Amino acid sequence: MTEILIRFLIGGLVVSAFSVCGDVLRPKSFAGLFGAAPSVALASLALTFTQRPGSYVALEGRSMVFGAIGFLTYAYVAGQLLKRSQSGALVVTVAAMPIWFGISFGCLFMFGGMN
Amino acid sequence: MLIEVDASSLSETKPHEYALRFLFGGTCTAIAGLIANRYGPAVGGLFLAFPAIFPAAASLIQDHEKRRKAAIGKDGSRRGKNAAALDAFGATLGCLGLIAFALVLWKFADGFPPVAILGIAFASWALIAFAAWLVRQHWPRRRRRQTHNG
Repeated sequence: MTEILIRFLIGGLVVSAFSVCGDVLRPKSFAGLFGAAPSVALASLALTFTQRPGSYVALEGRSMVFGAIGFLTYAYVAGQLLKRSQSGALVVTVAAMPIWFGISFGCLFMFGGMN
Repeated sequence: MLIEVDASSLSETKPHEYALRFLFGGTCTAIAGLIANRYGPAVGGLFLAFPAIFPAAASLIQDHEKRRKAAIGKDGSRRGKNAAALDAFGATLGCLGLIAFALVLWKFADGFPPVAILGIAFASWALIAFAAWLVRQHWPRRRRRQTHNG
């Protein structure tokens, strides 16, 4: 329980810090880079390194490559839909979320790593 | 295009919006840890690149742009969505950096000091994301010029 609480606090702080960077920077396309900052990864891995060996983190890193490919596809599609759709940003970005799951888990199943 | 810092935009964000980001970020980090504990690092690792705060951030950007336009008596719906789309485009480029971050972890996490690995991985994200943004900034202009000359 304590570990979850620590993860929650550190994660909240790191994600908020990157969000503030995205808020203050211009132009918007540059600020958007911070939307894909490794905020959750930094917060999570800082704790994982204290509890697990490097080989465990390396395995997480391999899967994170697949997750990042899923994120890239998701962000691209969400951006295209935002330009064309009549719906609001929240609806569009949530509706596109299955893309992340499909690409990420698809890569994991295709290229292995389910051990 | 110049990169600028505009601190005035901080005052546009309401306290509950800051709280929402903290909540989303904290929850996603906690859930990523729980998934890794339950299903192992292969599945848990995917969630280190989960677009946790992306929908909330896109919604906030849209709302801010709409509010700005509403303040001068105009409808900012279209502009709000365009701003969110530009942010998504930036995130797409940032994902190239995220792939670099993950590759560094994958190849070097086993056998190097954790602080060094996280530092190098983060530097890789920043470098690749910034380079991708710079290339994208110059790409269309160069192509237009070549077409014009040709």
